[in-house]
Amino acid sequence: MNNFNYTKAESIDQAVSAVATQSEGQFIAGGTNLIDLWKYDLTHPEMLVDLNGLSELKAISELPDGGLRLGALVSNNATAYHPLVQERYPLLSRTILAGATAQIRNSATNGGNLLQRTRCYYFYDAASPCNKRNPGSGCPAITGHNRLHAILGESEHCIAVYPSDMSVALAALEATVRVTGPEGAREIPIADFHRLPGAEPARDNTLGAGELITSIDLPSTGFADHHSYLKLRDRNSYAFALVSVATGLEIEGGRIRNARIALGGVAHKPWRVPAAEAILVDKAPTPEAFAEAADLLLAGATGYGHNDFKIELARRAIIRNGMMALDPSTQRPGAQPSL
Amino acid sequence: MNEHEQIGQPRRRIEGARKVTGQAKYAAEYNVPDLLYGYIVNSTITRGRITAIDEAAARSVAGVVEIFHHERRSKLPGFDVIYSDMDAPPGSPFRPLYDANIRFNGQPIALVVAETFEAARYAASLLNIHYEEESFDVDLLTNLARARKPSKGLATLIKPLPPGPRGDFETAYAQADARFEGHFHHGSQHHNPLELFATTTVYEGDGKLTIYDKTQGTTNSQLYVSNLFGLSFRDVRVIAPFVGGGFGSGLRPQYQLVLCVMAALQLRRNVRVVMDRAQMFTFGHRPETIQHTRFGATADGKLTAINHVALAETSRFEDYNEVVVNHANMLYPADNVALDYKLVPLDRFTPLDMRAPGGSTGMLAIETTMDQLADQLGIDPLEFRLRNYAERDVSADKPYSSKELRECYRQGAERFGWSERKPTAEVNRRGNRLVGHGMSSGIWDVIALPGKASAEFTADGKLIVSSAVTDNGQGTYTVMTQIAADELGLPLEAVSFQYGDSRHPLSPIQGGSYTTAVIGSAIKAACRALRSKLFKLAQIMDGFPLGDALPEDVRFVDGAIVLKKDPFIRVSLTDVIAFNHGKSVTASKSNIPNIFRLKQYTRAAHAASFVEVEVDEQLGIINVTRAVTAVAAGAIMNPHTARSQILGGMVWGISMALHEETLLDVNLGKYINTDLGEYHLPVHADIHDLDVIFVEEHDDVINELGAKGIGEIGVISMAPAIVNAVYNATGKLVQVFPIKVGDLL
Repeated sequence: MNNFNYTKAESIDQAVSAVATQSEGQFIAGGTNLIDLWKYDLTHPEMLVDLNGLSELKAISELPDGGLRLGALVSNNATAYHPLVQERYPLLSRTILAGATAQIRNSATNGGNLLQRTRCYYFYDAASPCNKRNPGSGCPAITGHNRLHAILGESEHCIAVYPSDMSVALAALEATVRVTGPEGAREIPIADFHRLPGAEPARDNTLGAGELITSIDLPSTGFADHHSYLKLRDRNSYAFALVSVATGLEIEGGRIRNARIALGGVAHKPWRVPAAEAILVDKAPTPEAFAEAADLLLAGATGYGHNDFKIELARRAIIRNGMMALDPSTQRPGAQPSL
Repeated sequence: MNEHEQIGQPRRRIEGARKVTGQAKYAAEYNVPDLLYGYIVNSTITRGRITAIDEAAARSVAGVVEIFHHERRSKLPGFDVIYSDMDAPPGSPFRPLYDANIRFNGQPIALVVAETFEAARYAASLLNIHYEEESFDVDLLTNLARARKPSKGLATLIKPLPPGPRGDFETAYAQADARFEGHFHHGSQHHNPLELFATTTVYEGDGKLTIYDKTQGTTNSQLYVSNLFGLSFRDVRVIAPFVGGGFGSGLRPQYQLVLCVMAALQLRRNVRVVMDRAQMFTFGHRPETIQHTRFGATADGKLTAINHVALAETSRFEDYNEVVVNHANMLYPADNVALDYKLVPLDRFTPLDMRAPGGSTGMLAIETTMDQLADQLGIDPLEFRLRNYAERDVSADKPYSSKELRECYRQGAERFGWSERKPTAEVNRRGNRLVGHGMSSGIWDVIALPGKASAEFTADGKLIVSSAVTDNGQGTYTVMTQIAADELGLPLEAVSFQYGDSRHPLSPIQGGSYTTAVIGSAIKAACRALRSKLFKLAQIMDGFPLGDALPEDVRFVDGAIVLKKDPFIRVSLTDVIAFNHGKSVTASKSNIPNIFRLKQYTRAAHAASFVEVEVDEQLGIINVTRAVTAVAAGAIMNPHTARSQILGGMVWGISMALHEETLLDVNLGKYINTDLGEYHLPVHADIHDLDVIFVEEHDDVINELGAKGIGEIGVISMAPAIVNAVYNATGKLVQVFPIKVGDLL
């Protein structure tokens, strides 16, 4: 047997210190990614700290500034179907429901969703070279099958993409990730939470050793009137995005007052370009306007052969999703294209 | 009345409740006592040699009992013929654990056996294998220059190589008014039945084994195991009462069977070996194939020239072949034909028949090419096919034993509303979505083989019929029960079909859509022999209740022998058994097809599919919004299970056209999307409105039941109809399959 230690955390502090003091300690919540990685021989925890008893992380509560706090241990489905999320942040609700399967979403937690490892055929095959798993061994995706892979922000070491749908909406909503670690608590803006591979592809995010996500805080602006999530993939469910777009708009008098656009499936993290959003302000929401934004979002995009199509597909998806955002009632289940 | 009371009736699966309540046991679910668990270790290189295996870390794991590999194995035979199975292509079959040579990535190289599955799996991960790697060639596209003719063997009897040329193709093609040249390509596909390959071997002592195996042929596994391990045929019993899908993957014994039996014999223990999902990608598969077509037609839509060439992968050690190019001229009577089929040996495992092998590959090219010609000629695709309808098979110069394809076209087109289709040049849209309609013909050859069955009528009024045949899930169990019930005029409940056990009369492997015909005919023959015995007994019963009636004067109805002219005169079958001193009456019969008669005809099932797709104009996302498939496959035994089988075939066709492909990394020499997350099959959200029509077709040539079989025919016409519908919607012809998001931008 592959033996390991297991402890059920009684408190946040105890959980943090249990992981921080063990060389191969890991938190487990829903386990939907960790157990896969373990079975594939890609991770070898020696100590599992089970968070599921931490009831303080299982609530969704209103914040004084009009925002919403999503407990790290609330399941993805419970979050998506929560009345306050559906009412104020329907973009987040739709985005979560476009991911995985009902069974996985029932088990997967909000904190765990942020911590999914990047997807890549070669990363998931222990027998293949991979700079992320085995630094310096090379990246077979660059010359191999890279249909799923990054077109933005990649490096010569790694072209894997971050797969979470939920995080794409969180990026558009400018959520804040609250964490507690051995050094105490801190807040990380979602834009700084995930990182690009650079020369250190092994690191997917900026969490420090032993740091535990306690909640995801949403600011008051939820784009409930004009929003859309569009997920383009190889089948209508249970497939990762080839390209996805989360768009939120505030519109007054036929003009865009505030815009957010985040892309999924194209980079090692959800992709946002503030200039692309700024250029939309005071413009009428037209395909031409969204096309301008798309050009800025995709500036510098590079294909590796099989994924060349993503550049043009992303451009068109940004335009379509901008138009889909105008009237959310026309949208179809599963974040499929509409109009 | 009693004749065909069950045959032709929609009956639910007899075992359905057992399956959905988890009571049906599969090969890996027999929890025999003192079971050991084996876990297979596979090569991580593509070609080369194992130089050393360091077992120390693996052996130190508590619970590990033994580790088998090429240097630690029981004796294995050295002759190819001994490794041959019922579906072995010409060549030298793979021998698990035979030597240090690595011939393909994922080759099984060791088995770790332990007291628990977890210990075996963990220890397997600690086995340290050292290799000497050699360079390899797994890429079909860059090795086409090595394409050569396939070797001939037993397999080519059932899957004939292409017929020779007819007429003068090149001249006719040059002179044709309309010409189309197509170049098609699809990658490998793996069967991926939901049930993982598994074997549980019960060591009975005295050289006897009982083996629960996932297989499409209990007799096949029995033969293979007894040959390999030098056991008496009778001492090896293979059981597979439930099979969680096969699709051809179980037509050859897979390597977990060899490893499991080897461990059981050597350790004298009960052993189970189950593959994991990634291992399901390490053996047979639908071969990657490149196809070239050149068809020519006259201005009034008569096909004059057909050239169809296929180049497919095979392994370095066996020549797997399938019928890819033979069907165009069977369907369309052009006079100038040149066909070719070649193989490229690569460092990959031997391909294996996968649902509608060859036919689904070839028809994808043929039917797409037909639509392109129709489009050039400005003729409706259905009309074009009707103008080239083959009343006779000119490729073999034989009549069809029966052929209701025209009726498939008519009924399918009517149900679908084909007359609403717009020409490709006209744009048909719903919002941002382009709407396209496409159709395709389908054909699948009817294969005839001998089969055997036995029948027994018992004292308690039950009929027991037996055959070694398996039921891969499509309803064989139910259909065979129906056939037997009708022959003796009994209700279904009075019939028990015993199957999936090599102790029962020999059956060929379950594939090629021939099981209903082969085993159904054998059951009919056995039951008829039983009838005859029962009647003879009844004739001499006390008081001669049937008088001087001859066999043709009676019917078997409701458990009794009844005089046709006076239904009040009857003898119950249980009285016959009582007269026989309470001893049950048995009969056993082989059904040998009349090959001489069959050979005078071309025998095939036909189908036509009609498909609507929506293609998002800017984003290229495709949805098959509705489809109708009309099937002419002779007599349909059970319309309920048959409809399910055709629906499954249609879903399979959607998968071939739009989803399914095993990605091969040619630099690493291995398949890389080896799980069901990344090996994409359609999910529920991809399947919309599917409709099935069975067209009435009578055939008294093919077999006594008049049944052609329906396992493959539902697959074949679906993928080309989708490709043609996408073309009709967008004006774009994709020739590399599956069609992917991005291909239509």
